[in-house]
Amino acid sequence: MIRFEGVTKRYGDADSGSADGGSRAGGGGDQGAVAVDNLTLEAPTGQITVLVGPSGCGKTTTLRMVNRMITPTSGTISVNGRDTASMDVAELRRGMGYVIQHAGLFPHRTVVDNVMTVPRLLGVDKRQARARAMELIERVGLDPAMARRYPAQLSGGQQQRVGVARALAADPPVMLMDEPFSAVDPVVREQLQNEFLRLQSELGKTILFVTHDIDEAVKLGDQVAVLRVGGVLAQLAPPATLLADPVDDFVAGFVGRDRGYRALSFAAAPELSLTDEPTVRLGATAEQVRAVGSPWVLAVGDAGEPVGWVRAAAVDHEVTRDLLHRGGTVASTSGSLRALLDAALSSPSGRGVVAGDDGRLVGTITAAEVVPAIEARRTATTAGEVPEGASTR
Amino acid sequence: MSWALDHLSEILTRAGQHAWLAGLPLVLGLVVALPLGWLASRTSWLRASLLTTTGLLYTIPSLALFILLPSILGTKILDPVNVIVAMTIYTVALLTRTVADGLSSVDPSTRQAAIAMGYGGFARFRAVDLPLAVPVIAAGLRVAAVSNVSIVSVASLIGISQLGYFLTDGYARSFPTEVWVGIIACLLLALVFDLVIQVISRALTPWTRAVAA
Ligand SMILES: Nc1ncnc2c1ncn2[C@@H]1O[C@H](COP(=O)(O)OP(=O)(O)OP(=O)(O)O)[C@@H](O)[C@H]1O
Ligand SMILES: [Mg+2]
Repeated sequence: MIRFEGVTKRYGDADSGSADGGSRAGGGGDQGAVAVDNLTLEAPTGQITVLVGPSGCGKTTTLRMVNRMITPTSGTISVNGRDTASMDVAELRRGMGYVIQHAGLFPHRTVVDNVMTVPRLLGVDKRQARARAMELIERVGLDPAMARRYPAQLSGGQQQRVGVARALAADPPVMLMDEPFSAVDPVVREQLQNEFLRLQSELGKTILFVTHDIDEAVKLGDQVAVLRVGGVLAQLAPPATLLADPVDDFVAGFVGRDRGYRALSFAAAPELSLTDEPTVRLGATAEQVRAVGSPWVLAVGDAGEPVGWVRAAAVDHEVTRDLLHRGGTVASTSGSLRALLDAALSSPSGRGVVAGDDGRLVGTITAAEVVPAIEARRTATTAGEVPEGASTR
Repeated sequence: MSWALDHLSEILTRAGQHAWLAGLPLVLGLVVALPLGWLASRTSWLRASLLTTTGLLYTIPSLALFILLPSILGTKILDPVNVIVAMTIYTVALLTRTVADGLSSVDPSTRQAAIAMGYGGFARFRAVDLPLAVPVIAAGLRVAAVSNVSIVSVASLIGISQLGYFLTDGYARSFPTEVWVGIIACLLLALVFDLVIQVISRALTPWTRAVAA
């Protein structure tokens, strides 16, 4: 657990405490600008706490005070009950993984040597550190053949994975992450986020994660701390609460549009009665398709998995993959209400496709059938039974 | 040409002396410039004073230095140590800024990652900043090497044996061939230095060629 107690950081003090080698220190003319203001916050063990807020609201400052790259002006920060100010700084830092925007890999060391850095600093012998590094490289989704490459030979997303592997190498209980995924394109970002969540579900680190992207915050956080400019904590809440019940206009504005719809991500899909959907197999003939008697027919693969809708009128000979409509999303029975509603809204037939955890088709549902479930949930929620832990991501 | 062949052993001896007088100070100068440059790169108020002082050293005329040093060091005027010390001073003058610039050229996110891993002061210098500064420092060394080879030849005016002797002697005897031999030998020596520095720098920086590979 990381605990901030009344932590304030004012830049421009005599002792600015910046560990940047003095590059920024002393340059600021605005005497005594408060970057973090009397912050009290707990990041629980084994959970992801996300710090989010507009640019300049003190997120990075907050994060760097934890490993003492920046010294707080006042207040205390403790990690698992130990005041960080009383700890040896190298020991403190090596007990925390740190991941930043551009990964900050050492350009002169190969991928595997980068990952080995902290274990080697801690005195782990070379062979053992290397074995551990190779294991981590695979674990973060990289081809082991990349281990011998230099960082310059990797894409941004790959470098970011190495950054994560390097931070994990000494198996630190705490991870500090400063916008680790913000410098990659949206597709890679989503991949990295999903893999990060998968890793965290296996590792259960205590994570302080900084982002300025509220969607990322809501997706990744077990709890989200919204900061406003001036370094004041505006709201600390689980993502579902943040979306459903922002404390003030600032948080509401920051959380943004479509809150109601996005909040459905955190509502588990209830057991709804699904409609049986007649299907055809890939490769079915035009006659078989028309025999279904519906303008849009759902095609399934060999394992019974839904592959897409096909317009009956468009089939000349047989159902091939390139005839399939690509717009429809598939919801999972164990997914969220949002996914369910989206499946219905995106389906060309108006019938949202629902698959089981094994990927096989279970049935379909229309938006008109999902809405009552949403209504029922709202009634339950306002009655005070917030479905906590119903987080489905 | 035949003159050069006839005097080959003399040329080689003097070239060896020249290489020693120009080369040893390169190494000594680097050894001094590394800590100075490191200090300059760490502390902003030291940076200005250190770089100005070392920069000024380079403006002292070499002849003046060769003549003044014996009285400061208590050495004889013909002692090659004077030349070695003088050339070391010039090398330091040239390299301190280069080292400081090289060390501060490390990408900020790389530096931050290093700090966050608990690399402090000297450990970070040795493990991160210095290896990454090698290309910049090597470039500075190449300039210093050429500069040293050319300044050392001035020492023949105070009678210290090296390739510069062919210039003064050839001039005194109005024998241009000898002057040319001296010039060409100096050029070749500078080229050899340049090559050696490049080879060492390449060996130390395999990562800089990684992208092309
Ligand atoms: N070394 C410094 N000296 C003086 N002021 C600083 C220093 N570092 C940050 N600040 C100021 O403190 C405030 C908070 O900065 P910080 O970097 O923590 O913001 P942030 O929330 O991480 O912003 P961003 O989203 O842009 O990264 C800003 O107003 C910034 O200008
Ligand atoms: Mg920041």
